[in-house]
Amino acid sequence: MIGGLFIYNHKGEVLISRVYRDDIGRNAVDAFRVNVIHARQQVRSPVTNIARTSFFHVKRSNIWLAAVTKQNVNAAMVFEFLYKMCDVMTAYFGKISEENIKNNFVLIYELLDEILDFGYPQNSETGALKTFITQQGIKGQTKEEQSQITSQVTGQIGWRREGIKYRRNELFLDVLESVNLLMSPQGQVLSAHVSGRVVMKSYLSGMPECKFGMNDKIVIDKQGKGAASDDAGKSSGKQSIAIDDCTFHQCVRLSKFDSERSISFIPPDGEYELMRYRTTKDIILPFRVIPLVREVGRTKLEVKVVIKSNFKPSLLAQKIEVRIPTPLNTSGVQVICMKGKAKYKASENAIVWKIKRMAGMKESQISAEIELLPTNDKKKWARPPISMNFEVPFAPSGLKVRYLKVFESKLNYSDHDVIKWVRYIGRSGIYETRC
Amino acid sequence: MMCDFLFSLVCTGEIFELKAELNSDKKEKKKEAVKKVIASMTVGKDVSALFPDVVNCMQTDNLELKKLVYLYLMNYAKSQPDMAIMAVNTFVKDCEDPNPLIRALAVRTMGCIRVDKITEYLCEPLRKCLKDEDPYVRKTAAVCVAKLHDINAQLVEDQGFLDTLKDLISDSNPMVVANAVAALSEIAESHPNSNLLDLNPQTINKLLTALNECTEWGQIFILDCLANYTPRDDRESQSICERVTPRLSHANSAVVLSAVKVLMKFMEMLPKDLDYYGTLLKKLAPPLVTLLSAEPELQYVALRNINLIVQRRPEILKHEMKVFFVKYNDPIYVKLEKLDIMIRLASQANIAQVLAELKEYATEVDVDFVRKAVRAIGRCAIKVEQSAERCVSTLLDLIQTKVNYVVQEAIVVIKDIFRKYPNKYESVIATLCENLDSLDEPEARAAMIWIVGEYAERIDNADELLESFLEGFHDESTQVQLQLLTAIVKLFLKKPTETQELVQQVLSLATQDSDNPDLRDRGYIYWRLLSTDPVAAKEVVLAEKPLISEETDLIEPTLLEELICHIGTLASVYHKPPSAFVEGSRGVQHKRLPGSSAAGVSEAPPAVIPSQGDLLGDLLNLDLTPPTTTGPPPPASSGMQMGAMDLLGGGLDSLVGLLNTVLSEAVSLRSSFNVPVSGGLDDLFDLGGGVGMPMGVFNPPKTVWLPAMKAKGLEISGTFVRRAGVIQMEMTLTNKAMSVMTDFAIQFNRNSFGLAPAGPLQVLTPLSPNQSIEAALPLSTVGPVMKMEPLNNLQVAVKNNIDVFYFSCQYPISMLFAEDGKMERQVFLATWKDIPNDNESQFQIKDCHLNSDAASNKLQGSNIFTIAKRTVEGQDMLYQSMKLTNGIWVLAELRVQAGNPNYTVSTVLVVLAVFKSYFSNTNQNE
Repeated sequence: MIGGLFIYNHKGEVLISRVYRDDIGRNAVDAFRVNVIHARQQVRSPVTNIARTSFFHVKRSNIWLAAVTKQNVNAAMVFEFLYKMCDVMTAYFGKISEENIKNNFVLIYELLDEILDFGYPQNSETGALKTFITQQGIKGQTKEEQSQITSQVTGQIGWRREGIKYRRNELFLDVLESVNLLMSPQGQVLSAHVSGRVVMKSYLSGMPECKFGMNDKIVIDKQGKGAASDDAGKSSGKQSIAIDDCTFHQCVRLSKFDSERSISFIPPDGEYELMRYRTTKDIILPFRVIPLVREVGRTKLEVKVVIKSNFKPSLLAQKIEVRIPTPLNTSGVQVICMKGKAKYKASENAIVWKIKRMAGMKESQISAEIELLPTNDKKKWARPPISMNFEVPFAPSGLKVRYLKVFESKLNYSDHDVIKWVRYIGRSGIYETRC
Repeated sequence: MMCDFLFSLVCTGEIFELKAELNSDKKEKKKEAVKKVIASMTVGKDVSALFPDVVNCMQTDNLELKKLVYLYLMNYAKSQPDMAIMAVNTFVKDCEDPNPLIRALAVRTMGCIRVDKITEYLCEPLRKCLKDEDPYVRKTAAVCVAKLHDINAQLVEDQGFLDTLKDLISDSNPMVVANAVAALSEIAESHPNSNLLDLNPQTINKLLTALNECTEWGQIFILDCLANYTPRDDRESQSICERVTPRLSHANSAVVLSAVKVLMKFMEMLPKDLDYYGTLLKKLAPPLVTLLSAEPELQYVALRNINLIVQRRPEILKHEMKVFFVKYNDPIYVKLEKLDIMIRLASQANIAQVLAELKEYATEVDVDFVRKAVRAIGRCAIKVEQSAERCVSTLLDLIQTKVNYVVQEAIVVIKDIFRKYPNKYESVIATLCENLDSLDEPEARAAMIWIVGEYAERIDNADELLESFLEGFHDESTQVQLQLLTAIVKLFLKKPTETQELVQQVLSLATQDSDNPDLRDRGYIYWRLLSTDPVAAKEVVLAEKPLISEETDLIEPTLLEELICHIGTLASVYHKPPSAFVEGSRGVQHKRLPGSSAAGVSEAPPAVIPSQGDLLGDLLNLDLTPPTTTGPPPPASSGMQMGAMDLLGGGLDSLVGLLNTVLSEAVSLRSSFNVPVSGGLDDLFDLGGGVGMPMGVFNPPKTVWLPAMKAKGLEISGTFVRRAGVIQMEMTLTNKAMSVMTDFAIQFNRNSFGLAPAGPLQVLTPLSPNQSIEAALPLSTVGPVMKMEPLNNLQVAVKNNIDVFYFSCQYPISMLFAEDGKMERQVFLATWKDIPNDNESQFQIKDCHLNSDAASNKLQGSNIFTIAKRTVEGQDMLYQSMKLTNGIWVLAELRVQAGNPNYTVSTVLVVLAVFKSYFSNTNQNE
């Protein structure tokens, strides 16, 4: 299991050092600094073995978090734990920065003591932790409160405490998708997938039982079979989407999903990520990029890029940014674009073209002339792909939320009393077209 | 020195100040002081001098302050063991506190105080806490047992904590169960043979129930523990798999990977024709792909594991090639791993896409990545024959870029392509030669020299090229020197007239002016060969090279099996067994995959003779399935010893079992009397019509091994004979096709007795249509060994100018009886007595019309020697011995009852292995 956990600043100074196991000595702290943080070459692996000691590291802005062990630990678990650790710290004091860590080091030690025992990760749900790691001392608690805390930390529903009350029962559902695309210069889709998340903010009283439904092909087909003659079932079948795979927050009953494909759960209070999913079929690609690069002699390049929006004209895409890479030996660029603003950014070796808004089924174009310095470098320019960023108000995968039902039998509110909000946002992930 | 002195001065000053603050009356000031102490501790300053002052602050009702003091204690107790005792009282008191959080804090901390002296004081509080009413305290106490065990294992056993811990597996709280499992697993790891984690169906059921309810981390502990269990049968295995599969949708990647581990392991037990098996395979792909959308560090862990999974079960991800395409922004470690998997998944179906991608990668910036991409193109060419042409032209394009490292890498892989497809792409040699000057890496230089030497007859200026390398001979690396030596000798053998001077020069450089023994030895060997027997030299140096395998750097099967059992862990990231990087006794146990439940024999071993058109290059790499012997993997020695090792397996038992199989098989084959190729001992006793037959080894007639339909017109029929102590494979090759066949070569897969061709297949003249040719191939028994099913099965690959064909045949066991199988009478008697009863096997042979003497004579011809004869009550008893080529002895008793006109012969065979003689035998062979 994890033998020790260190946090360093960008210079390699130790900010936090907690050792759980005897086999990890003080010299391990230095070994990591010398071999990884101060290493001359770029780090080639997130797992490093130095003198039979293994170091796992992740980096958050310029802070290094490293877990150390001498055993054959579950590597996936160690990384999951490090991410979780970052989440917990962010939930307690915001951004992970050197200053925040220094200011909160007592709290961090207290957290580390709680969520990692002898190197074994323990309950690390912020909701539960915040009930008893408060930096206030817990003198004032009654006996009932104490046992409530412990039963929550160890209980089956470790992510929610009892006795939550709201005057207004409300929930917000965000379907956040990122579309990833790799397209050949000829416009052929080399790979495309959507990775989506359903993020929920719940402000519900008591211990509500929720059921979430979406236009999952498997569910709809099943229902369609149940009511074979029902035309409505068939027409809704057309709008269903095939989900390649999905994963759920630990509140979702996985065995129920496995057997009935229904998503039922008792939600944590506040914001959390209910599920993640991935689709690869019938993706609506919101934009198409058509590049045209022509080399004119050895010192000039002509670039023309057309973007076409491909969705309902009534919808508006926002924050559109097209990034056209330029060779390293570029000396000057002239750009002409019909819409938005375009600039050559020498430090980034790219022409950045920004458009604030663009409606569906439109087209826009940029052309640029790139002057090159003559070089005797034999190596050809690698022509990195043209990448694009945008945000659209629909789910490119076609996912639709069908229902989210809330049942709370003990309290006197019903599904109808809950105010529900649903929002779809599609963003670009890695959206690249080769040129 | 000055600086050090100043620094310590500052420290003492600081410490003095802190001391005062710690002893202050004001609570706030105290707390601030302790915080300062912890801060100095973190930075690595030694604040152990403050021990008594800090411990004094321990008696407080402020939980925050208490935690800080505990943190200090854990750090320094070891260096101040006497002082640590001061803390014991507080711990004992805190363990009685009404607040469960404080009780748990005390039990958690005291386990971390690694001072032997105080451990015994902790036993009582721990015992109480293990039975605490509050689950939070119990789950903390469970881990504390593991801590205490780490300090003083004996104490934990004596105090009976292990039993209490076992009881906690049945606890009502899932988190307590999970922590107890984690603690027990860790303790069990340091006692490999203790039956501590006594996993039986009841406990497994408890674990599976807890799995649905506990935290994500608890699920990981439980799944990792489940992976160590071996289900009793396929039904249990299936039911566990069914209950584990829902975990594949968990958001935590570690839960998913641990579930994959359990499934991959238990799947081994499921019969392949089961519907569920197919469903399970399908269920595994999506979660593995989803892992690739995790954070890059986890992607890396996932990819390293997928690399293993793809090697073990390629079918799972064969349609998922696209997700392994490299993204421009991937960290380099993810890119390199993805590339590896892309090559493994490359097949005829997706090769076009893969090649287009690889070509793209070859123009990237990162040198390592580009090199790997270029190498990958070469590997695709070797793996998918249809793509070879395109790969070669892609490589040529890349060579045109003149980027130094790209060119070098391309040349290295082109060498391999030449070896895989001889006489096909040599037209590109000219282009390669143009780049001769730019090669500065030894591997590329060596590859280029190999090409020049190998195709010397087609390169007009081969001698000039090689001569140019020779100028700086001593500055080259060994690899290049060796290659240059061989290449020039090849050149000389091909063009003897013009290159005499050159060869003399290189031989003298290698033998006289070099300090490298390898180089010198090789030089001398060539020199002697050339001077004594140029024809032999030609045969040796220009010998036919074995085919190269299409899968490179596959992980060795036993290691792969072990690594599959370690999915998700560091071992699977390093691709090394835990013993390679873990110190001490932990993790030294080698884990193995369970076999299929069918008769204890894991899925029919290499029945993997690929079907026609399935272009597997190297038969020796076919055995991806686990060897069936239970023993340790054979050491990398060759010949007899290795063979015997493998056959002996775990020891005597498995050997006897093995021979029993041979003999009982012989019995069962009796019924297929008229099919001599089925070969077995019974053929020896096929004495029925044999009165007039000439003496000698029993030789079955030829049968058709490879029908012409399956081999593009080549028909092979054959048999095995033993002549003058040499086993020979006699074959008739018939050409039923329309074109001439040439360039015959033969190769065997590993087999039970290490049979291997002792020389090349001698088919000297081209085989014209409708012509037949006889070929006799002498065999040796020193090849690599692997148990086959049936035991006498032999898998053969025959190559000609058209293609490579595969067939399997069976040789009669009698081929393997050695001429020196006559045992001394005394030895025979002594060993006969020592035979344990369970080594015996008996069977009867019916319808034999021979008397005992005639039978004895006939058997002697097959190297089954009669040692003694006894007649009891009209029954002749013949005592016989025979010896197998791998040094195993078989003793037999043959009872012949002359009585009724039917001449029934009944035999009793007794099998035993005489280990002493076996060992002396191997020694002689060495």
